[in-house]
Amino acid sequence: METAVETSMDIALGHYLVVAAILFAIGVAGIFLNRKNLIVILMSIELMLLAVNINFVAFSQFLGDLTGQVFAFMILTVAAAEAAIGLAILVTFFRNRGDISVDDASAMKN
Amino acid sequence: MTFWDQIDYAYPEIFLALAAMGLLILGVFIGDKGSREIGFGAVGILIIATFLTGFNGSADRVSIFDGAFAIDSYAVFAKCALYLGAIFAILLSDRFLVREKLQRFEYSILILLAVLGMSIMVSATDLIAMYLGIELQSLALYIMAAFNRDSRRSTEAGMKYFVLGALSSGLLLYGASLVYGFSGATNFAAIAEGAAAGGNNIGLIFGLVFMVSALAFKVSAAPFHMWTPDVYEGAPTPVTTFFASVPKVAGMVLFARFLVEAFPSILDQWQGVIALMAAASMAVGAYSAMQQTNIKRLMAYSSIGHMGFVLMAVAAGNNEGVSAMLIYMTIYLVMTLGTFALILSMRRPEGMSEKIEDLSGLSKSDPARAFMFTVLFFSLAGIPPLAGFFAKFFVFLAAVNAGLLWLAIFGVLMSAVSAYYYLRVIYFIWFKEPVASFEKQTGAAISVTAWSSTLFMVLGLITLIGPLRLLAEKAASVLF
Repeated sequence: METAVETSMDIALGHYLVVAAILFAIGVAGIFLNRKNLIVILMSIELMLLAVNINFVAFSQFLGDLTGQVFAFMILTVAAAEAAIGLAILVTFFRNRGDISVDDASAMKN
Repeated sequence: MTFWDQIDYAYPEIFLALAAMGLLILGVFIGDKGSREIGFGAVGILIIATFLTGFNGSADRVSIFDGAFAIDSYAVFAKCALYLGAIFAILLSDRFLVREKLQRFEYSILILLAVLGMSIMVSATDLIAMYLGIELQSLALYIMAAFNRDSRRSTEAGMKYFVLGALSSGLLLYGASLVYGFSGATNFAAIAEGAAAGGNNIGLIFGLVFMVSALAFKVSAAPFHMWTPDVYEGAPTPVTTFFASVPKVAGMVLFARFLVEAFPSILDQWQGVIALMAAASMAVGAYSAMQQTNIKRLMAYSSIGHMGFVLMAVAAGNNEGVSAMLIYMTIYLVMTLGTFALILSMRRPEGMSEKIEDLSGLSKSDPARAFMFTVLFFSLAGIPPLAGFFAKFFVFLAAVNAGLLWLAIFGVLMSAVSAYYYLRVIYFIWFKEPVASFEKQTGAAISVTAWSSTLFMVLGLITLIGPLRLLAEKAASVLF
C-alpha cells in the first residue's frame, strides 16, 4: 500500500496469518472438544470460515490481486446458507430427542 | 470469445439450475401430492441435460469464464455418468418413498441441485468454482440425509454429516487460502505455474495437504471416513443409494483433476500421501466390514474400500491412472446402483429389512434375486470374469506401471481379505435355512435396474470394457 507509514510496529502478512491460524485452530478444537452443545459446534464452524476469510483478504492485499477478496465474499455467502441449513437440521434433531447435547447423538453404533 | 459464446458451453448447467428452480416453484403450488410427477419431471430434465452435455462434448477443451470452467471430454464423460446415475437414483426411490410415506416434492429437486453442484465440480478449473460446486452439492446432500425428519436416526445422520462436512469445507478453504497465497492464483493452470516456479514451497504443500484431506473426506477415504457408516445407516435407503453412487464419482473426478492439473510439478509430494490414503482405505474397508450385521453399514465400508482402490489409480498420477479411475468409477456406479436396488427390494409386509441375516435362504425363496445378489457381490469382490474384476485389474496395472508395486500388492491382499465379507453374504443367501421371504412385488424400476446392472457385470468383459476403455482413455488424455 502506498499510504503505509513506516513505523516500528508494522503489521505484516505474517501477523495476519498467525491470527487466522489461531482462530482456525480454535474453531477446529471447538468442534472436537465440545461435548455439550451442538450450537457451539455451529459457532465453531463459523469461526473457521471467518479465519479463512482473514487469510484470503491478507493474501489478497499482499499479492495486490483482487481474486482473494472475491473468494472471501463467496465464502461469506455460502457460510450464511450453510448456517441456515445447519440450524434447520438442528431443529429437526432437537424435535426428535428434546436435547442437543453431542453425547446424546449415538443412535447408531458399530 | 464473447460472454454469450461462453454461455453456449454452460447450457447443461444453466438448464439444470433453471429447471430445478422451475420445478421448485411448481412444487410449491401443487404440494406433496404431486411429488411423483415432479420426480418424473426431474428424470426428464436429467435426460435433456444428458443430451445437452453430449452435444457439447465434441470439442477437445473449451475454457470459459476466465478459465474457471472447462468443457472437455473428461468433464463430459463424468457428467454423463452423473446424470444417468441420478436418473436411476430418482427412479429407485419412488416406491420406497410412497411406501414409507416420505413423499415430499423437494426430494427430486434436491437431487437435481446436488447434481448441478457435482456438474460444476467436475468442470471446475478454479478454486472458487470448485468450492461453490462442492458446497452446492454438500448443502443439498445434508438435507437429504435428514430427509426423514421424524426419525431419530435420519436426523442424527443429517447432523453428523453436516458437522463433519462443514469441518471438511473449512479445511478445504484453509488449504485453498494457503494455495492462493503461495502460488498467487486460484486458477488450476496458474497454480501449476506458481508451483513449478516456486519449487517445494512449504506453504503451498501445507495448503495442498489441507485440501487433499478435505477432498478425501468428500469421497470418504480413510482416515477421513468416520462419517460414512453412520450416515449410510441412518439416512433413508434411497438417499443412501444416491450417496453411495453419484457423489463419489463427482468427488473422485474432481480429486484427480485438481491434483493432476494444479500440482503436476510436485507429483512426488502428493503421490505418497494419496498412496497411503489408498492403503488405509482398503484396509479399513476390508477389516471393519467383517463384523457388520446391517447391510447398509456393510455397503458403507465396502465403498470406503472401493475408494481405496480408486485412489490407487489416482496416485499413479498419469494418463493410465486417470483412465483406470474413470473405468473403475463407471463400473462402481453401475454395481452400487444394482446392489442398492436389491437392498431396496428387501421388504417384508411389516417393513424394510436391513439385517444381513434376513437374506438367509434367499436362494430357496427367490432364486432370481439370489442370483442377482450373488453376481453383484462377486463383482464387488472383484472375482473374474465379472466387470468388477476388470475395474480392479486396470487399477493394479496403472499402479504397477507407475512404480507403486507395493501398493498394488497390498491392494491384491486387501481385495482377498474383503472377499471374505462379500462371500459371507453369499453364504447366508445360499447355505442358510430360509427365514420369512420378502415381498415378490418390487416394482419395475428396481427389477430393471437390478437386472441390467447384473447383465452389465456378466457381459461387461465382452461388450462394454472395450468401448468404455476407449472413452475413458480419450477423457483422461485431456488432462495431460
